[in-house]
Amino acid sequence: MGTEITQAIAAGILGGGVYALMAAGLTLIFGVLDIINVAQGIMVVLGAYLSYVLSTHLHLNLLVGLVITVPAMFVIGVAVYTLFIRPLRGSERTSMTLLACFAVALIIEGVLYWQFGSNYVSLHSSFTSSSVHVFGFYLADIYLVGFGLAVVAIAALYLILYRTTFGRAVRATMQNQTAARLVGIDVNRVAAVTFGIGTAVTAIGGAVFGAINSFTPNSGYDLISRLLAIVILAGMGSIGGALGAAVLMTTAEALVDIWQPDWAVAVFYLAMVIILTVRPAGLFGRRPVRAQ
Amino acid sequence: MRSLTQRTRYLAVGSIAVLATAALAACGSSSGSSGSGPITIGTSLSLTGDFSVDGQAFKRGYELWAHDVNAHGGINGRKVVLDILNDNSSPTQVDTNYTDLITVKHVDLTFGPFSSLLTAPAAEVAHRYGYAFVEGAGGGNLVFSEKLPNVFDVSLPVANEFDPFISWLSSLPASQRPATAAYPTADDPFATPQVQRAQSMLQPLGIKTVYSKTFPEEEPDYLPNANLVAAQKPDLVVLGSTDVPTVQAFMSAFEQQHYSPKIFIAAAGPDQGAAFISAVGSGNATGMLVGNGWYPGYDNATSEAMVAEYVKTYGGTPSDVNADVAEAYSVGEVAAQAIQHTGGTVNSKIISYLHSGVTLSSVQGAVQFDSLGRNTKALAFIFQWQNGKFVQVLPANAPGSVKILYPKPNWTS
Repeated sequence: MGTEITQAIAAGILGGGVYALMAAGLTLIFGVLDIINVAQGIMVVLGAYLSYVLSTHLHLNLLVGLVITVPAMFVIGVAVYTLFIRPLRGSERTSMTLLACFAVALIIEGVLYWQFGSNYVSLHSSFTSSSVHVFGFYLADIYLVGFGLAVVAIAALYLILYRTTFGRAVRATMQNQTAARLVGIDVNRVAAVTFGIGTAVTAIGGAVFGAINSFTPNSGYDLISRLLAIVILAGMGSIGGALGAAVLMTTAEALVDIWQPDWAVAVFYLAMVIILTVRPAGLFGRRPVRAQ
Repeated sequence: MRSLTQRTRYLAVGSIAVLATAALAACGSSSGSSGSGPITIGTSLSLTGDFSVDGQAFKRGYELWAHDVNAHGGINGRKVVLDILNDNSSPTQVDTNYTDLITVKHVDLTFGPFSSLLTAPAAEVAHRYGYAFVEGAGGGNLVFSEKLPNVFDVSLPVANEFDPFISWLSSLPASQRPATAAYPTADDPFATPQVQRAQSMLQPLGIKTVYSKTFPEEEPDYLPNANLVAAQKPDLVVLGSTDVPTVQAFMSAFEQQHYSPKIFIAAAGPDQGAAFISAVGSGNATGMLVGNGWYPGYDNATSEAMVAEYVKTYGGTPSDVNADVAEAYSVGEVAAQAIQHTGGTVNSKIISYLHSGVTLSSVQGAVQFDSLGRNTKALAFIFQWQNGKFVQVLPANAPGSVKILYPKPNWTS
């Protein structure tokens, strides 16, 4: 039993990293733009399909392919923001952006169906089926790679936010858009680039997600509910918190799986409700700072 | 004056009730027709959502059948027109779709959706309006437990899908049987009955159960469950899967854990042809078993013609033809025979005819319904992937069966 528990904890921690990769962009976009990007799930799937195209047609290694897919997803993110989100104004902007993101998700899903059909596909690489032996059991290399990429991506986001001039502009925009404008920050540009970065991260998440699971254009819907749960538990806008909340979620589920798998998901959501009752801002969230 | 008003009100309510009852009765008794125009057939399929792979395959099956029928002059000289709505794999939407097809579009007949989960509510709607409900993918107990008189499942009842496999294991000398078995299954009306039946019949043979757990159908991550199974290293794994990702996740996790069962059978996934191979790879697929009532190499003239027609229309190879296509095609064939025999699309006559004990034919073989609408003539086969080919292996003495690959070779990635 001891080995099973240790293995479940290890699997939970590594699995959490994979989810954090997918949730980091979502929480960044919400933190800066107040947009609940429900298209984030389909963006992950789109990222996975881009990796699929590169690996099947150009025979590019999944990690090498990120050199192309990350910038590509950044451009797609900026385009989505510019075309669908930015034009929305007025008091109902938040609800309208929700609808706009949903529309974007449907459009992307439709294009993916048209292009790839409804058959399941998955990503293959040298590390997708291999594993390393530690503590008496095997850890899958793809999960180790995913966790490593999550740490690197989240660290990079932190560096951008806290060690660059652009990051300062982003944080200023997060705190008070009107004041940010008054000190000369191009809020629209910051917003577009932030949306692009939040989307670019999904290219990494998509590559790992597609290497672990087979997927179809429809796979984004199952993802988004879990990503939203992670972001809410972490505290909306908390990038590091996304990693913590994701690890908590997957570890709790992996542990419950040992005894009662059919309760695994329910236990996590129950824990989430209890935590939010005690800490409404989430585990790692701060109290609201926006004035407008 | 007051009593007059009351009486008028009672009269009005009574009249409305009588009219409504008459309208409902009329609706129930006269659904369908024996006219000369096209026969409109309504169905709801999961073109998007969790069941979209199967839903799309079903769509092709229905369309292929309609095309073939119309190419031969229709049924009783009447062309067939399909009206297919998308239910997004939602039981709520499927209810709405069939209500719409029957009460607004006034289709002549209804065909079933994909999965027992959606067939159960859809059949209720059809029953409410007196429609026959011929379906091909609702073989779970959930569908038959309501004992609806209008349901007719042309395919193999799901609980019996592993029967040839169980018989084969019981025929092996004890020394050659697997010593231990794991039974992980999704909580699903399609998967659970097969796995439970297998476990209840294999345990008395001395095959020790080392893992038996049910996980949610919408399980987000199969790795922990698969790791727990791999830790027990059972000789046999009977997986209650509902789709390709479930099987792929278990196979992948087993490989990562350096564990390969001697024999591995799944409820669904390996029967998905190209979808399965593209997800797991041809090498790893070798040795994987699945139960079903049909496969592309099935030795049946109409089945062979349908497979050839499918490849001609959609491309690919016979191995790419999903069993869902045959299930959908069979629905059309059975309905067509009922229309031909009853002379029209009067649903009450079709229901009576299908309950008469008549034996019909389909690309899946003979069809005869019991009182619950289950196909008592359905054949059960076990199929296996062998070096990129999907072949029939059990029953061992059935025409077309090849030797089963046992034990399963190790993973090849």
